[in-house]
Formats: sequence, structure tokens, C-alpha cells
Amino acid sequence: MNNLEKFRKETKNWLDKNCPPSMRSGADPDIPIDEVWGGRNAEYKNPESKLWLDRMGAKGWTMPTVPKEYGGGGLTKEEIKVLNEELFLIGAKQPLLSFGIWMLAPVLLEYGTEEQKKEHLPKILKGEIRWCQGYSEPGSGSDLASLSTKAEDIGDKFLVNGQKVWTSYADKADWIFALVRTGAKEPKHDGISFLLIDMDTKGVSTKPITLISGKSPFCETFFDNVEVPKKNLIGELNAGWTIAKKLLQHERAFISNFGLAGAVAGAGSGRDVVSIAKKHLGEENGKIKNSFYRTEIASHKIKEHAFGLTLKRAGDEGGKASATASMFKLYGTEHNKKRHELMVGASGVDGVAWDGDEFDQNDKNLTRAWLRTKGNSIEGGTSEVQLNVISKRVLNLPSQ
Amino acid sequence: MKLVLTEEEQFLKDTAKNFAEERCPISHFRSLRDNNDPNLWDKDIWKEMTSLGWPGILIPEEYGGSNFGITGISVILEECAKTLTPSPLFATGVLGAFSITNFGNDDQKQDYLPKISSGDLTTGLAVDESSHHNPADTEMVAKKEGKKFILNGKKTFVIDGASADLLIVLARTSGNKGESSGLTLFLIDSNDTGIEKIKLDMADSRNYANINFNNVEVSAKNILGDEETGGETIENILDIGRIAIASEMLGNAEAAFETTLDYLKQRKQFGVLIGSFQALQHRAAEMFCELELTKSSVMAAMKAADEGSNELQRLSSLSKTMAGETLYLVSNEAVQMHGGIGVTDEYDIGFFLKRARVAEQIFGSAKFHTERYANISGF
Repeated sequence: MNNLEKFRKETKNWLDKNCPPSMRSGADPDIPIDEVWGGRNAEYKNPESKLWLDRMGAKGWTMPTVPKEYGGGGLTKEEIKVLNEELFLIGAKQPLLSFGIWMLAPVLLEYGTEEQKKEHLPKILKGEIRWCQGYSEPGSGSDLASLSTKAEDIGDKFLVNGQKVWTSYADKADWIFALVRTGAKEPKHDGISFLLIDMDTKGVSTKPITLISGKSPFCETFFDNVEVPKKNLIGELNAGWTIAKKLLQHERAFISNFGLAGAVAGAGSGRDVVSIAKKHLGEENGKIKNSFYRTEIASHKIKEHAFGLTLKRAGDEGGKASATASMFKLYGTEHNKKRHELMVGASGVDGVAWDGDEFDQNDKNLTRAWLRTKGNSIEGGTSEVQLNVISKRVLNLPSQ
Repeated sequence: MKLVLTEEEQFLKDTAKNFAEERCPISHFRSLRDNNDPNLWDKDIWKEMTSLGWPGILIPEEYGGSNFGITGISVILEECAKTLTPSPLFATGVLGAFSITNFGNDDQKQDYLPKISSGDLTTGLAVDESSHHNPADTEMVAKKEGKKFILNGKKTFVIDGASADLLIVLARTSGNKGESSGLTLFLIDSNDTGIEKIKLDMADSRNYANINFNNVEVSAKNILGDEETGGETIENILDIGRIAIASEMLGNAEAAFETTLDYLKQRKQFGVLIGSFQALQHRAAEMFCELELTKSSVMAAMKAADEGSNELQRLSSLSKTMAGETLYLVSNEAVQMHGGIGVTDEYDIGFFLKRARVAEQIFGSAKFHTERYANISGF
């Protein structure tokens, strides 16, 4: 038996013993499902969610690429493939959703000091600390580099003052990674630093923002004379913009997967665009009865198929996060918006249900989900910003 | 299925790229058109392609080919399409070679395949009978009389039909128009009595013909595959053809896009390069995305064909749809972004637009294939 086969066997055995029944396919539908984000104040409706996180976290398999010395799985590419296949086979639930894993960990690995990596990575991977992202400000959206939250050098510390906006789940997060101005306003890219701030520090406060969907996944975050130790600076002083851009590529790569993952998860559950269209518009010889909707849905599904193949091709080519992440972010989010528009449209009146007992819970959820997608092409850089990035960095078109 | 080219496939692609750029740049196509060349492809270029082994790429080694696969020939077509190189490679090297290799009997393989490999025999596939692709609509009658068949009817838009030596003809041996059963494929010498070829003058200045069959006698030995199974056989041949033409259309779109991008970086108006205008940048970026999606679709379809995947039909329709829609977008934008010179005959970009709309009609438009994709997928 070669090493990989041995690894597969061990993994299978381990999962068999350690993946709790409610965390895999075929789970009792009456057991509540947690969205596990971890953190100091995490609450679990189902104790097995916590158990599954703890076990996977201890193995470092929440982020198997990370070396063992930082709490990761230390697995090779081939081993990760095997692990994913075995997880897929038993329909294992993702143990941890984490901005720390998706965004911060990759830049810590690249830019962090040994001490910073040892301090933060294990807590991210075990889900002990929940992170949020402090990028946008009221006056700095697409023009992110114009940000003005100030970090003043006061000897052994920075003194931070200012406001961030669109901080996802800031009210639930333990720490924030933030872009702050430590240098001059002009040239604007050269005065920015990348700082880690404990949300428990005196002077940090948050306020949720209610969205058009009626939900509040985002907050405003305020910094009022917040003292931050200098060891929390990542990379060089005033060199934060490079790190910020790198992190955005990781962020875009993961946002672009949303639409497709949603489409895949929806298929077979009756909550995909084809099933919804057949249910509300009727079916004739296996076809969606209304030919106008059918044509539009077919075109949409063709694009979805081609997009999925493009993500696969990028993987097969060994593509890392790069400027083409902008393409995936642009296409993935625009596609996700379109998919929800088609589902809402095909549902008719039920597709715009808001509340009350007259409507099915799935339909009401769809309305909220549809409204939430409108943010997809804004957060993490608008579609227009992605088009700018492709124009300049991929196509090398001239600046004015 | 890995969506990357093998080393061999990449080598074929690089060879084709060099060949097209050095031996047949767009000026080569222009001179064929301007000189009213009877074939609208060049015999010397075809000889050179033959010496590179291209007509035999889908043919087994025992018949003089190299058996390099659908991906191999498709990437060659993609590169040749970038300089709009006309040649019998599609109609003969893909359609003829694939049909006879996969459905011919031993005698037919022995008779035709070595000659295709050596570039001495060209073929044409005669399927459609009206202005829209639809094999099931075949009305051409092949009436059985003893050990032979008598063919009567008209075929339209036969690629290379004006010059092909051997015709592969879809005819009805039973049933009615609209049915995909009752169809049979025949191999027919294009010089046989009763065959009348009418050369077509199309917008892309390539070789096409309408072909009349007046009491054409064909021996039962010349049936390709089995009698009455032509409906299935032709779909398989067409799916390979659709993938290959999608690859060609991808090459057209890539070249038109590159040419336009270069123009945006050279042309100045209002004292600045027009490529610095956001109104043009965003449209260019959108084209880039569509091209990437098309590349992936064509790649998946080629690989599926070589691996005998049961997703072949769906991926064939996916690739022809994506290639059709992307080439439509890019060819229109290319002309628009070139401004005034874009609509002159002197400038090459208009050739891509004309080729785009003709290629769109080959073996089903994007609309035809969107419908087919939906049917296969159960929408």
C-alpha cells in the first residue's frame, strides 16, 4: 500500500469514529443546524457542532494546507484531495466558517512574523477567535485607498481613531484586521498599514446596519482613542496596501464561489431555478411550460456550466489567486444575482413574499436571499472595480 | 477529466500557430478571395499541412494517420482560424476522417483513409436541405432497388462541396420528414452521374456548394455504417464537427479580440489613447471573461470527445453555444471599436465578422444548441 492509500484508509477510519452523526448526510432533520463561526462567544444549538469543530480543529483539518507548527494539518496537495473526497463521500458539514481562514490566514502566512503566526494561526484554525474585516469607510468605498481611520504613533503603541463600515458580523467578532492610515494622505497608497485589533480593547464599539433584506449581517465599527500594541502591525509600516490587495484577491476568490456553491447546493433540494420554474409555471413533457422563461433559464444554466468549467480549469492549471480572481468575483456575483432574479421571477407572487403564514417559509427565505445578493456585486470590490482591475492588470490597457 | 492540454497537444498547437503566422497570414486569405480562387483554399498550403500530418490526426496509424485525437485537431483549427486560414482540414480532416474511421467497414477504410492521410482525397458532408440546420428534416429519398439505391433531392450549404472528391450524404430510406429514424448515410463519388454541384458565394468567401442529386445510383456497399441507423451516426459525427468548429470560432474570437486590444493601445483621439476610456475598457474586460468561459467549454468538450464521456452531446452543445455567443459579441465589438476603418474592406477586422456569421450557421446556431442543451438537461 502506498502512502496515499494508507492516508486514505486512516482518514476514512478517523472520520468514521470522529464525525458525529448529525454532521453528515442522512442526519435527523429535526436536529437544529448551526452556522458555526466559532469565537469567544459562540453559542451552539447542537452540541455536536462544537464537537465536530473541536475535533477537526485539533487535527488542523479546518485549514489542512497550513503547516503543523501553526496548528494546521500540514497535508500535501494530494492528501488534501483525498481528505476532501472522503469528507464529500460522507456528506460532512463544513466544521467552521471563518473570515480568519478565508482571508487573514493566507496573508499571515505570507507577511506575518514567526511570533505573529504562532500567536494567531492556531486560534483561527481551532475557531477560538472569530475575525472580522475593517476595510471600507463611510468616505472610502470603491476608492478604498483614500481611507482615513488614523493610527498615530504614541511610543510603544498606536492610537487609533476613526470609523469602519460594512464590517461583517463585527458585533460577534473577537478581533478585527484593519487598514489604517499611518502616513501621509498623498500618495494615498503609501500611507496605509495593516493592523490587528482586539475588539475587547477600550474605545471599540459596533452598531448593526439593517439591510434591504431586513437582516443585519454588517455593522459600523467605531474606534475612539483605541490603544493597539505595536506588535500587532503586520508587515512594514506604511506597506499595508500590498497586503490589502493580496487579501482582496483571497476574498474575491471565495466570494466568487458563493453563486456556484449555492447553485450546486440548491440542485436536488427543489430550491434550484429549474425546479422552481417547473413548480410555478408548469411542466410539459419534462420541459418548463413557459417558453420565454425556459429560454432564459437555459441560457443561464449554460453560462453556469461554462463558469464552473472555468473554475475547474483554473484549478487544473494550478492557478493561484491572481488578477483573474477579479474575473471570478465579477462573474460569480453577477451570476448569483441573475440566478436569484430568475427564481424570484419564476415564483410569481410567492417570490416576493415577505412575512406571515400565507406564504411558504422557503418562498419567504428566497425573497430575503434575493435582496441579499444585491450586495454581492458591491462587497469585496464592486463589479465596476473588478472590470477596472481586469482592464489594467490583465489586459494592460492604459490609464488616463 | 483534466482541463489542460497534454504536452503533445500543446506541441501541435504551437506548431500550428507558427505555421499559420508564417505561411498563411490573413493576407493569404485575402489574395484567395481577391483572385477568385476556384477552391478558395490553396493546394500548396494543403500539401504543407499534409506533410505536417494534419489530415491524418483522427486516422489510425495503420491507415497512415497519427491518431492524435479530437483535442489535437481542434487546437490546430483554433490556431489556423486566428489568421482565417481556409483549408479542407475541417471538412476532410475532421468530418471525413472521423466518419470513415469510426463508422466505415474494412473496405471503406482501406479505400479512403490512406488517401485522406496523404492529402489526396477531400470530403464533404451533405446534411442540410434548407436554410436552417436540422438533420431530422431530411427529405432526400434513397430508394432501394435490388442491391443499389437511387438518390433524388437537394443538399444545401455543403462545406467544401464545390471541390470535395467524396461526399458523405444523409438520405431517407424510410419514414417522413421530421423523424430521426429511417435515415441512412452513403459515401458517394462527387463525380458520379446525376450529381450537380452549384458553387455558393457566401459572405465569408469560403468553399460551399448546394448539390442536386438526380437519379444518382449508389451501391449498397457504399452505405456508411448500417442501413437505417444514419440518424444516430450523423449525430455522433455532427457532435465532433460542432466541437471542432467551436474551437475554430474560439480562434476567430481570440484573434479579433487581440487585434482590437492592440488597436485600443495605439489609436489616439482627444490627445489620449482610446484604450484609456473606461467606456471601452469595461467592454473589453467583459469580452475577456466571455472568452475565458468559452475556452473552458471548448476544452471540456474536446476532452470529453477523446475520453468517450457520456457528457459529449451536452458539452458539444455547450461549446457551440458559448463559441457562437462569444464570437457574436466580439466580432461586433471589434468592428465598433475600430471605428471608421472597421467597416472598410481594406482593413481585416471585417473578415472576422463575416466569418463569424457563416460559422454560426454550421451544424446549428447558438439558439439551436441552447434548445438542445435544455432538452438534454431536462429543462
